[in-house]
Amino acid sequence: MAGLEIPTWDPETALLIGAILLEAVVLYVGYGGFERLFQPYIMKLLIGGESNAQ
Amino acid sequence: MLNSVLDWAGILGTSPEMLGLFVGFGLVVGVLFGFFGMGGSFLVTPALLMLDYPAPVAVGSGMAFVFGTAVIATLKHHDLGQVDYKLGVIMITGTTIGIEAGRASVYYLESLGLAGGIISVAYVVLLGGVGAMVTRDAMKGDGGGGVDHEAADKDLDEYEIPEIAKKIQQTVRIPPMVTLRGDVRVSAWVITAVAFATGLLSGFLGVGGGFIRMPAMIYAIGVPVPVAVGTDLFEIVFSGGLGSYLYGQGGGVDLGIVAPLLFGSALGARIGSAATAVVDSDGIKIYFGGMLLIGAVAVGIGEIGSYIGSPALELLGLVLVIGAAVVVAFAILYTTVTSLRKTQRQGTAMAD
Repeated sequence: MAGLEIPTWDPETALLIGAILLEAVVLYVGYGGFERLFQPYIMKLLIGGESNAQ
Repeated sequence: MLNSVLDWAGILGTSPEMLGLFVGFGLVVGVLFGFFGMGGSFLVTPALLMLDYPAPVAVGSGMAFVFGTAVIATLKHHDLGQVDYKLGVIMITGTTIGIEAGRASVYYLESLGLAGGIISVAYVVLLGGVGAMVTRDAMKGDGGGGVDHEAADKDLDEYEIPEIAKKIQQTVRIPPMVTLRGDVRVSAWVITAVAFATGLLSGFLGVGGGFIRMPAMIYAIGVPVPVAVGTDLFEIVFSGGLGSYLYGQGGGVDLGIVAPLLFGSALGARIGSAATAVVDSDGIKIYFGGMLLIGAVAVGIGEIGSYIGSPALELLGLVLVIGAAVVVAFAILYTTVTSLRKTQRQGTAMAD
């Protein structure tokens, strides 16, 4: 059985995980803004009229 | 400059077809995650295994994807005040040890050449078990499996602690005792044991473990449903982050897989989450259970195909696992649009 490993500092891996974290935050903010801007148009497109279904 | 960044990220090493497949699959997984509050992520690792990625890359990239998804969902639940940070910190301790034990097991099995096979078998058992449970509960109509969206809207004081949780709280009174949100008082050891067991599964299978940890928090610890959901996500940020870091050190995280999956799933999760306000999830839970069962069968078929060297069976397994997820995601979208149009027509008729 392989022994338990204590995480050691690895800048390249930290950068990799940091990139995923950054992408997640950017997507949360970006899609949030996208939703606020385009939600009325998308709703109109989907239900074919004024979006009072919400 | 952009090329060198993309090249470092491994995205240029992924073909456009695979990037498209991952974005699309991420979208499907996101819709399922946003709608059911669980479930999408544990389709990623078996799909990667069936695409012939080595087990540490399939599990490591699956875990990194779970990490990114959890970051996005936690930001949302934090805004709603549904995260118990005290419970989260204790859970993190137990889960960290569990994940490390699970991860070490994967590398050990990989050195024996058994990792792919054993992980696939574990998936068949797990997906089959959870799928059967969800389907049975959905057919009984008691709303089992996933997040109860109506329950999630109640005040924390209105929640009744399940009988089994009450029994555990009364029986296991080993100090230190901890008071959690919703006036729940429980031994820190119960929390640690739940955390270790689910962490072990996370590390071994590359899943967030939410589909086991959430029911465990509700039924073993006794916390209200929304707190279990929010705290679970907060905890996955840490466990997923640490697990991804450890797999990343061994070269197990491929950003060329994770980045497009996350790009699709972040959008899908918004759509799935918005759909919960429109659609009654009980009717669709039966499809969800069915999807898990098909996933279990698909992994089994893929593994048999790989064992007897039949590419056709491996392809059939892959088509089944992705196809089942796509069908359920489309069922959610179709029902949402249909419900919206029906509401719109009723609104117009009443106005007339």
